[in-house]
Amino acid sequence: MGDKLLEIKNLITSFRIGDHYYAAVDNVSLTVNKNEVLGIVGESGSGKSALAFSVMGLHTKAKIEGSILFNGKDIVSLPKSELNGLRGDDMSMIFQDPLTALNPLMEIGAQISETLILHRPQMSLKERKDHVIELLNMVGIPRPEYVYEQFPHELSGGMRQRVIIAIAIANRPELLIADEPTTALDVTIQAQILDLVRKLKSEMGSGVILITHDLGVVAEMADRVAVMYAGQVVEIADVQTLFNNPKHPYTRSLLNSVPAEGQDKLHVIQGIVPALQNLPREGCRFAERIPWIESNTHEKDPVLHEISPGHFVRCTCYKHFYFPEEPKEAKVYGNTRG
Amino acid sequence: MAILEVEDLKIYFPIKAGIFNRTVDHIKAVDGVSFAIEEGKTYGLVGESGSGKTTTGRGIIGLEHITAGSVKFNGKDITNKKKKTKAISRDIQMIFQDPYSSLNPRKRVRDIIAEPLRNYENLTKQEEKKRVQELLELVGLSPESILKYPHEFSGGQRQRIGIARAIALKPKLIIADEPVSALDVSVQAQVLNFMQDIQKELGLTYLFISHDLGIVKHMCDDIAIMYKGRYVEQGTKEEIFNHPQHIYTKRLVSAIPDIDPSNREKLFQFRQEVQEEYDESYNEYFDSEGLAYSLKPISETHLVALPEKG
Amino acid sequence: MWKFIVRRLIITFPQLIVLSIIIFLMAQAMPGDALTGLVDPNIDRAAIEEQREKLGLNDPWHIKYVDWISGIFQGDLGQSFRYKMEVTELVEQRMINTFWLSVATLIFTYIIAVPLGIISGRYNDTLLDSSITGYTYIGFATPLFIFALVMLWIFGYQLQWFPTGGSVAPGTEPGTIDYVMSKINHLLLPALSIALIQTVSTVQYLRSEIVDTKQRDFVITARAKGASESRVYNRHILRNSLLPIAAFFGYEITMLITGTIFVEQIFSFPGMGQLFIESVLQRDFSVVNAVVLLFGAAAILGALISDIILSVVDPRIRIK
Ligand SMILES: Nc1ncnc2c1ncn2[C@@H]1O[C@H](COP(=O)(O)OP(=O)(O)OP(=O)(O)O)[C@@H](O)[C@H]1O
Ligand SMILES: Nc1ncnc2c1ncn2[C@@H]1O[C@H](COP(=O)(O)OP(=O)(O)OP(=O)(O)O)[C@@H](O)[C@H]1O
Ligand SMILES: [Mg+2]
Ligand SMILES: [Mg+2]
Repeated sequence: MGDKLLEIKNLITSFRIGDHYYAAVDNVSLTVNKNEVLGIVGESGSGKSALAFSVMGLHTKAKIEGSILFNGKDIVSLPKSELNGLRGDDMSMIFQDPLTALNPLMEIGAQISETLILHRPQMSLKERKDHVIELLNMVGIPRPEYVYEQFPHELSGGMRQRVIIAIAIANRPELLIADEPTTALDVTIQAQILDLVRKLKSEMGSGVILITHDLGVVAEMADRVAVMYAGQVVEIADVQTLFNNPKHPYTRSLLNSVPAEGQDKLHVIQGIVPALQNLPREGCRFAERIPWIESNTHEKDPVLHEISPGHFVRCTCYKHFYFPEEPKEAKVYGNTRG
Repeated sequence: MAILEVEDLKIYFPIKAGIFNRTVDHIKAVDGVSFAIEEGKTYGLVGESGSGKTTTGRGIIGLEHITAGSVKFNGKDITNKKKKTKAISRDIQMIFQDPYSSLNPRKRVRDIIAEPLRNYENLTKQEEKKRVQELLELVGLSPESILKYPHEFSGGQRQRIGIARAIALKPKLIIADEPVSALDVSVQAQVLNFMQDIQKELGLTYLFISHDLGIVKHMCDDIAIMYKGRYVEQGTKEEIFNHPQHIYTKRLVSAIPDIDPSNREKLFQFRQEVQEEYDESYNEYFDSEGLAYSLKPISETHLVALPEKG
Repeated sequence: MWKFIVRRLIITFPQLIVLSIIIFLMAQAMPGDALTGLVDPNIDRAAIEEQREKLGLNDPWHIKYVDWISGIFQGDLGQSFRYKMEVTELVEQRMINTFWLSVATLIFTYIIAVPLGIISGRYNDTLLDSSITGYTYIGFATPLFIFALVMLWIFGYQLQWFPTGGSVAPGTEPGTIDYVMSKINHLLLPALSIALIQTVSTVQYLRSEIVDTKQRDFVITARAKGASESRVYNRHILRNSLLPIAAFFGYEITMLITGTIFVEQIFSFPGMGQLFIESVLQRDFSVVNAVVLLFGAAAILGALISDIILSVVDPRIRIK
């Protein structure tokens, strides 16, 4: 694989609830290489956004432990001023909710220009405006000169999302974190935006973290995929392996719940992602949602096992997992270790 | 027989301007839509944001004033009837787009679900409680939940509460407006399965509104594609997904992400071809205002808004 | 924006007309009329009646209303029966006094509110914030007239930093610097008294706006662009939080009116508020009516001004 752009090591991001800190991101290690799209999937509340915010240094109240190396430099302990030099320039982020991510009192043009003013102060007024118009064009906004002077409330959700994307790619970042970039969009605009991200990657050699719960988007975009559950990475593999040979019960359950050709009944994962305070901190965190799997198949302290080069799976329960709607296979019994 | 027949439905919103707020123009949110749904079937309404899907649903159930056209339910005209006969308004129910805001946060689950019952049936407190508990069980929530508030439930559970309220009066037709768009895949699966189960059990008919084609394909028998208030194409699931005729439908279908990563290149190629075709023939398929032409049948079930030719 | 302002102005007219009708009817309902106080009781009843007819006092109410309103437009607010002079004349000087008192109060209100609100909102849940919030609670709980009395006693009588009454030192020549300074000196203590109490609602409002805006997503977007914390505050948070404060301005004016009524009385400051209380006590109804009319008009105009300010700064209104 290529050069390491981002290396997250043993990251723990905890929020204070009452008198205690609870880890929403619990000991996550991941790398993103240059010219690579790392997909992160998982249900709502699994810690995807918390992870992204940690990388961008956007948490105001969270406790962050571990290290995040960006081009070899640890950015967790970086002074604010240096971090601000990176944010919006070398790394940037597309936010989940387009309806609230723009300043309601600022013109669209000014909001995009701001990131240019901050990182390319030498640009002239005219150059800046031209660049902004070009960006609006790139993200497929019709009549960019007109939109330049409009305010967010005059644009539809999809248009606003594209403006946010324009802000994020304005300075051609080396690392782009896209948190559900297309959830609010129609499939056709989604396809257009994903093309844009692809282009950024191939032309600039940027690294991309693509967070989504749309498995179809991941299948189309990602080079590698990490599956998160309850603050942990439970499986990570290259995209082909993950979709064709998923191992972790959670990954398999997720894939099984997507409507597919000829599928009559969709798979439902029992229960819900527990609230942060109620996360099981010991043993396999997914165990309570697959109660039909015998408890002795879980590890006491589940770790990631490398089952083939680059393919990691947490806990040993995957070896014994089956869906309750399929007949219990004989090999489950034959497979038990001593 | 068709349970719902919609004929040339038009719903226009006035655009007001000037100091005295005079109506200067109209937004044609729904502009001449016709369809019929057979009893027990699921009819999918697909289209991009702002194409008029929600407005169509709201118009049918009487939440929006119908500018022109007619809506017939079981053969009876219910267009703009302010005082719909009780029987009809309890036969049609709607599930709303957003499970987070469509439930009153200050009401207990019991009161939320019992609301339609209180409007239409005279039940004693005991009977009412029993009915609500039955309904909760039916949607897979524990009967003890009746005293809880909406915020104590997950998104999927909340959407189920919305469904419980919608089926409380044993309706015949449910208009489901993006019932799972705000939900996670796993929860989505839960709600969709459940909707299919109660459809079989209660013989329900669905008007299923969504912009997620994958889900529509999974749920619906017949599908219509809507664009700027008009139909672009209508047909069976088979016809729409495997033999789309209109360039807009073709592009839409080609844009669906595929869950198999090995198809990536192929799909990318295909999409580009479709996009080229779309750009080339846009003027042919849409009139000077960018609106679709009227539908023309190409088979018994398949209607396409093909350009008028001389 | 212009459309909005014009439409807003158009709404103001009926408001003013309704106000004037209410006041006119109030005036009608009061005992006596313009002649009652003026006339010598020894004059013959028939002569009075004739006089009344001539003055149009027996006309139906709508004709009297039109007369009355056109009189107002010509600056005729009637006669004060106690002072035996034109109300207009009586009110003029006091209106100017109250106007300047209000301006001073507003300036103090914002000088106090803006920094305190910003500090309190930006560093919320710190010790500094708690002390500012503490002050606002005290401010809410303290009745203005007691506070004003205390201020008067401490700074007027005990420390003697400020004059204890009037609007200008007697004997100063109008137009001189001394005169202006004396005027200002007389304004400070009453203005400060009102401001210190009245500002707390603005402080709290601004604080909660900032705390609220701080958590909005667009602030995170700004940080993600690499904007420094001071830029985030100056460009994004403050502007968005000050906007509702502008909308608060109309309410502020209404508050001021109540404020001046108490405080002018306590500081024997010859303004509208004092005139109002005096006239009520002495049943000088034509003056009471004139003052209420002016107060009402001020409140309506205050609301108008704050809507116009809002429409200028808020694009969501500006566009319409
Ligand atoms: N500021 C915060 N304070 C306390 N808890 C938080 C905070 N932000 C997130 N959490 C909690 O941390 C967990 C992870 O949240 P996160 O937003 O990262 O989820 P996510 O995977 O992005 O979900 P979604 O798909 O809904 O965006 C959740 O349980 C959430 O409630
Ligand atoms: N009450 C209203 N007044 C004016 N215009 C309206 C009103 N309701 C809807 N519209 C307009 O009608 C059009 C259709 O809106 P509608 O909500 O039906 O779209 P939709 O297909 O449901 O979109 P979405 O996928 O975003 O929910 C839009 O242009 C919308 O702005
Ligand atoms: Mg998130
Ligand atoms: Mg809708």
